[in-house]
Amino acid sequence: MADPSAATAGHHGPAEGVTKRDFLQLIAVSGAAIGSAAIGWALVDSMNPSKDVLAVSATEVDLAPITEGMGITVMWQGKPIFVRHRTPAEIKSAEDVQQSQLIEPATDASRVKPGHDQWIVLIGICTHLGCIPLGNKPTDPRGDWGGWFCPCHGSQYDTSGRVRHGPAPLNLYLPPYAFETDTKIKIG
Amino acid sequence: MAGLNKSEFKNPVVNWIDTRLPVFTMMQKEYGTFPTPRNFNYLWNFGALAMVIMMIMIATGIFLAMNYQPNTALAFNSVQRIMRDVNYGWLIRYVHQNGASMFFIVTYIHIFRGMYYGSYKYPRELLWMLGVVIMLIMMATAFMGYVLPWGQMSYWGATVITNLFSAFPLVGQPIVTWLWGGFSVDLPTLNRFYALHYLLPFVLVGVVFLHVAALHITGSNNPLGIDVKTPQDTVPFHPYYTVKDSVGVCVFLLIFALVVFFAPNFLGDPNNFIPANPLQTPSDIVPEWYFLPYYAILRSVPNKLGGVCMMFGSILVLFVLPWLDTSPVRSARFRPLYRKLIFVWALAFVVLGYCGMNKPEGIFVILSRICTLYYFFHFLVLLPILGKLERPLPLPESISRPVIGGGGGPMPSGAVAKPMEKA
Repeated sequence: MADPSAATAGHHGPAEGVTKRDFLQLIAVSGAAIGSAAIGWALVDSMNPSKDVLAVSATEVDLAPITEGMGITVMWQGKPIFVRHRTPAEIKSAEDVQQSQLIEPATDASRVKPGHDQWIVLIGICTHLGCIPLGNKPTDPRGDWGGWFCPCHGSQYDTSGRVRHGPAPLNLYLPPYAFETDTKIKIG
Repeated sequence: MAGLNKSEFKNPVVNWIDTRLPVFTMMQKEYGTFPTPRNFNYLWNFGALAMVIMMIMIATGIFLAMNYQPNTALAFNSVQRIMRDVNYGWLIRYVHQNGASMFFIVTYIHIFRGMYYGSYKYPRELLWMLGVVIMLIMMATAFMGYVLPWGQMSYWGATVITNLFSAFPLVGQPIVTWLWGGFSVDLPTLNRFYALHYLLPFVLVGVVFLHVAALHITGSNNPLGIDVKTPQDTVPFHPYYTVKDSVGVCVFLLIFALVVFFAPNFLGDPNNFIPANPLQTPSDIVPEWYFLPYYAILRSVPNKLGGVCMMFGSILVLFVLPWLDTSPVRSARFRPLYRKLIFVWALAFVVLGYCGMNKPEGIFVILSRICTLYYFFHFLVLLPILGKLERPLPLPESISRPVIGGGGGPMPSGAVAKPMEKA
């Protein structure tokens, strides 16, 4: 609008170029747009997680009862979290994998907390289409890599939760968590 | 009638759509070039304001519904959760809660404007009657919405209002039981009120559409109350009245915002912060302010059925207003007696509201009886005979004559600001 030659002639004003009416129109329309956007944002934001939902976004898990080879499922933010106590053989098989064989390369060390490599904590949702894979219990089918097996479309994960057989494209996600003591973690 | 529309729009996409579904042509005809009397004053803003607040109520209501729980055990706390935990929930709820009051203020002024300028007279009787239907739907919607927070006033308001129907002999009690879906106001009542509170606004939109459609057939009334005679009497709706309505909308939103941000509970009742208790009625039970005059009419009659009939009658009488008013002159400006009496009626209505606010004791009983009588006297006696007794002032020849003098001449380019409300 600053360039008079670019603006078309004023519709009602006596002078050619930018008129006072153009200015008023611009201010009025942009004022209405900003106001609508402000109240619109309140409506949109009301659909985001509310304060009470955010307040329950952390879960503590006691690891002591989980024996070696067992896994449990806990709820965190409405999602299943796998917490598995790995056997030395499972840890070794996870660590010894060639990175080139992986669909999404990642070392086992990057997927566990240092000094706690017997514990693997994963978001138990198949990265394909959101089913919950089987394999927490030793009696579940665990697939060819001894980790988890998704019954929906046959994706398979190893003992580090890395995808080894499609159709899932990515490794199981890791939730944010920390060890509070050696036998207690806090997820979230 | 089949055949493509010859669209005059230049934009190829608009033209393509408009050829097949002439919504753009329709909008241009009804809101662009629509010839509108040139002498509107600001009272003619209130239809547009009502439209705006209706849209605000529907938008905020939908987002409230996403967080509200229509269950007697959860309802009260779910509203508190909206106020405390949901992002901007306090804002959305306060806008919705006070929006109901704003909707009634705007609508009452809109109705009074119609009464003052005789907008209900031929040929706008059906337009007026659709307006009364709109008011009834609004009242039902507002009442049921007030029940949803499930506070003490919600509960006892619902109990009292539904019990109105028990006044009818024989069928009364079965109707009340049917309304409740049980033997007291309880979960089934809350569930159905919620369903209807969500439904009725969309019914309202439908009737508003008919109201506007009828308006665009008859054309608008105007402060002089005389018919449009020549094109010089009109201006196109856009930009003249889109801009004038926008000014009104700005002022309206300013007042609305002041209420929402600085006095959001001014019009509310503190008792509604107490969860519903079916075993204890609050000591002072009053409806929301917009129902107070009708509430006063109800209480002014010492007979249960009589009170209920008078209350419903006070609104139903509006349906036949076009035939009760026998004067052929529309605008009160040219009716010296009516011009005073309509304000006496309005005063009676306001006093009724004041009486409704107070306990029915002493002076308020007498006052509300006098005002109730006058309310009906105005419609049923005064208006029919006034048309015969009153000598109206001479009507102007045309709308344009008193505005631009010479009348009939082309419109001067600067004739935007003109005195409209010459006392």
